[in-house]
Amino acid sequence: MSAFDNVTAARANNRPTAVDYISRIFGDSFIELHGDRRFADDKAVIGGIAELCGKPVTVIGLEKGRSLKERMERNFGSAHPEGYRKALRLMKQAEKFKRPVVCFVDTSGAYCGIGAEERGQGQAIAENLMEMMTLKTPILSIFIGEGGSGGALALAVADEVWMLENAIYSVISPEGCASILWKDSGKTAEAAECLKLTSQDLFGLGVIERIIREPKTVDSIMFDSLKNLIAQTFDKLGALDTDALVLKRYNRFRKY
Amino acid sequence: MNTSDIFNFLKPKNELENQGNAVDNHPYIPDELWVKCPVCKTPVLSADLNENYKVCPKCGYHFRIAARQRLEWTVDDGSFEEFDKDMVSENVIDFPDYSRKLKNARLNSGENESVITGKAKIGGYPVVIAVMNSQFMMGSMGTVTGEKITRAFEYAVNERLPVVVFTVSGGARMQEGILSLMQMAKTSGAVKLHSDAGLLYITVLTDPTTGGVTASFAMEGDIILSEPRALIGFAGPRVIEQTIRQKLPKDFQTAEFLLDKGFIDAVVPRSEMRETLAKILKLHSFDTKTTEEGGRNECI
Repeated sequence: MSAFDNVTAARANNRPTAVDYISRIFGDSFIELHGDRRFADDKAVIGGIAELCGKPVTVIGLEKGRSLKERMERNFGSAHPEGYRKALRLMKQAEKFKRPVVCFVDTSGAYCGIGAEERGQGQAIAENLMEMMTLKTPILSIFIGEGGSGGALALAVADEVWMLENAIYSVISPEGCASILWKDSGKTAEAAECLKLTSQDLFGLGVIERIIREPKTVDSIMFDSLKNLIAQTFDKLGALDTDALVLKRYNRFRKY
Repeated sequence: MNTSDIFNFLKPKNELENQGNAVDNHPYIPDELWVKCPVCKTPVLSADLNENYKVCPKCGYHFRIAARQRLEWTVDDGSFEEFDKDMVSENVIDFPDYSRKLKNARLNSGENESVITGKAKIGGYPVVIAVMNSQFMMGSMGTVTGEKITRAFEYAVNERLPVVVFTVSGGARMQEGILSLMQMAKTSGAVKLHSDAGLLYITVLTDPTTGGVTASFAMEGDIILSEPRALIGFAGPRVIEQTIRQKLPKDFQTAEFLLDKGFIDAVVPRSEMRETLAKILKLHSFDTKTTEEGGRNECI
């Protein structure tokens, strides 16, 4: 599969989105919590609390929506500042109640628009990066589809970052890269190749800890094994004292 | 203009106009004796412009300036000691044409990277300072940019010093792929370390500050200043216009706009920057322990 085929697969409409992961992994235990307590409830970010193998967990996802109607409601998974602020609020809550945080990342990027700029898109992302770095509870981020730049990173300053086999993670979209660097949207596939955005590339660069294999058709085996992996990882990370955990996270990003 | 200004062109070029290519002391002949202000179109004598901190005397437009020039205008004479001067970027993910672009950027700017870091004094107060350079790949943030900034903060934590960062950037450097994105997390971690140590961080946003730099250390200062009319945003105005397919309001994403929306503390003209920084540094330099012995006695 070429890098651009991978980009297409990551964006495919029939791909499971964050709500699928949440319902398949946490079932009925998930309770959605809304709003950033400052401005609004951003529907591109879904967040709440749930039970994972007998222990509480905070769950946050960037949600693209499945039908066209849902996609429009979710702003195609592109969050505004209030979405990132909601996520941070829920992470701080997780820290208070000593439960780990799992983020499902799937976004073409943070939204570019007038309201997003007026309400401080850059500031909101920056604050997440800073606060997540020292959050005193384990954070795991799983890239399930697209991981578009700062808008994805704002939910991925984590102790471990995993990617679904066909997910992508990039500093800029291949279209954006081709048009800025080469002023030629025909070179999108070439840009995809150059950006090193596939799970294999990123594993090779040491940016992610794990690749989750994708079956040809989505089945419960994948979700069940993912669920077990998440629980095991939280047990492992939870065994560290918080200072050691935070130092480990700092060093994880310090090495780049 | 006084007569001595006429001979300005005989001065070493790093004392003059200085568009970042000041690496030697060859006598410098200015490219143009007159410069036209891009905003009000008034022709200004280059020498007069330099006397005025490269600010248009007619409309107050702040011309973009090289990092070395900014350092010279900001820190106390002779106080600057540079860190990591020889650190250079490599083409880590083997991106087409990047090696050549880096080489050109080094030649054109006379600098090794898009940021200069070091320690200095401002109004007598010791600081760690980082100044970004628009003449090096539009101030884009690569691995070395992020590393130099991170090291500067870590040094400041160890030495218990405040940090001042002048930002100018088009954002993350896409030729370094995901590793440039990781610099946002790395630098933010260093800022947090410094902040948690109870130390002061001042950012000064200059034209333009966008993308990954806005979404990381530029917006993380305890106190955020900006030069007048600087363009500051996450997404660039053209990208937004293409996304929403409408014209943006006048003054959108200017420093004054951000001030009005509550995202920066003050807009400070270049001519007052050094003094403003010194005042802020002074207010953060008091040893709180002395108050036990009645330190607050001058006005009581």
